[in-house]
Amino acid sequence: MSKTARFFLPALGFLGLLALWAITSKVFSENLPSPAKTWEVSKPYLVEPFAKRGELDQGILRFTWYSLVLVAKGYALALLIGTPLGFLLGRSKFFTSSFDPVIQLLRPVSPLAWLPLGLVLFQKSQPAALFTIAVCAMWPTVLNTAMGVRSIPKDYLNVAKVLGLSRVRTYTKVLLPAALPHMFTGFRLSLGIAWLVIVAVEMLTGSPGIGGFLWQEYNSLIYEHIILCILAIGVVGIVLDKMMKMIEDRLRVGEVR
Amino acid sequence: MAFLELRGVGKSYGKGADRLEVLKDINLDVREGEFLAIVGYSGAGKTTLMSMIAGLLFPDTGTLQLDGKPITGPGADRGMVFQNYSLLPWMTAYENVALAVDQVFSDWSAEKRRDCVERHLDLVKLLPAAKKRPHELSGGMRQRVSVARALAMNPRILLMDEPFGALDALTRGNLQTELERIFQTEKKTAILITNDVDEALLLADRVIPLSAGPSATFGPAVEIPVARPRDRAELGRNPLLRSVRNSLITYLLGPGGRNRHTWKEPTQTEPEPVAIAEAS
Repeated sequence: MSKTARFFLPALGFLGLLALWAITSKVFSENLPSPAKTWEVSKPYLVEPFAKRGELDQGILRFTWYSLVLVAKGYALALLIGTPLGFLLGRSKFFTSSFDPVIQLLRPVSPLAWLPLGLVLFQKSQPAALFTIAVCAMWPTVLNTAMGVRSIPKDYLNVAKVLGLSRVRTYTKVLLPAALPHMFTGFRLSLGIAWLVIVAVEMLTGSPGIGGFLWQEYNSLIYEHIILCILAIGVVGIVLDKMMKMIEDRLRVGEVR
Repeated sequence: MAFLELRGVGKSYGKGADRLEVLKDINLDVREGEFLAIVGYSGAGKTTLMSMIAGLLFPDTGTLQLDGKPITGPGADRGMVFQNYSLLPWMTAYENVALAVDQVFSDWSAEKRRDCVERHLDLVKLLPAAKKRPHELSGGMRQRVSVARALAMNPRILLMDEPFGALDALTRGNLQTELERIFQTEKKTAILITNDVDEALLLADRVIPLSAGPSATFGPAVEIPVARPRDRAELGRNPLLRSVRNSLITYLLGPGGRNRHTWKEPTQTEPEPVAIAEAS
């Protein structure tokens, strides 16, 4: 594909979306603000993205930052629990047989269902939010780590045995590096889910952040800001994913075969 | 008593009706300082045999003893060069060798360990490529690193499982010469497993053919009392080497061949006359 086409075709897609939005707001739904209106109302939040005019009136990046901090904490928790769990699943048949069904049962549960349980367990909204993010986001890490560990070529394990590597060395020098590319795919997917969950969690707990802002603006009937939030969430999601993808590709460079 | 001793070793895979006997009644005595080659078909169980000596697998029947002690698992007294590239791809050539040295000689000073790694990389002439990762090295270079890693552990016996099997013929030839040189300086007990009769003739003091599977077992061993270094060209000229090669190939195609369970002694051995078309 030529360079112009690579720029032009995505631009065409966005223009199409914009047109659909404009037509919908004009023809079908009076309540949906038009693109122009949305821009106008959102402008102060974009031009001064870090402004703090009040508790509920802050620049869009400031809200995003609050959300990112919360996500980072929950995500760290997810990796901390998910990685060892994945290793156990990958290494032990006994563990896989006993816990895989449990994981399959818990994995599809929606964040909206976990949050009340978190509130029951921890009484406060912040730890409940962390619990929800962790428990939703950790599954890709668990499953991909397990897959990565299982797919380590038997040759490498034999090498570790023949060289007489200690248990610690076997883990740090052989198992972990061999499983790392797969693990990182899990990490990336987990981050995507954590970012997905944060919005729901903030809406329900009313924490300050981009999801909280979205819900509050819906209640205040400022629909333009809902669209602003959706776009901001999408952009942040892309940036996070691209960042992770870059690291992931780096890890794959050394792979032979 | 032999240095490495195998008595009545047998191994099967699978269960019930699917059970397949891979190796049957393997007896082997390896003398200290001897270079032994085992020649046989692909899939005959050569790797299984090597894995048992390495301590990665255990026999169903029989015993394996190294220096009078039964083999109960892998150990630093046996260095192994695998058939496939078994270098860890996230480590440089240096780090791959150092992994072995650091583990086996953990009581040495850092400097002494570094010297050991460098000396062995130099032995396989790869010191200039020490900082390269396996994917930046050619297949032949990777196997040389593998040999360096195995030797760096200073094992009492070196086990090589078709080390050059995945290489092209020319690289293979070069590496065989290289290995011959290394063994002249290192003087180690070694077992080489190969499917290449010439490779065995070039390198070994003694060659044992392994029959085709299932239930593969050893054929008659032949000594190769030919001085080193042996020249590749010599293989075709030296009458002793030629007769040894013939007897090995005759065994592997006849009583030790693929149809060996139905094979009968031929009644007539007269060769077919070969017509040679004259070039015009």
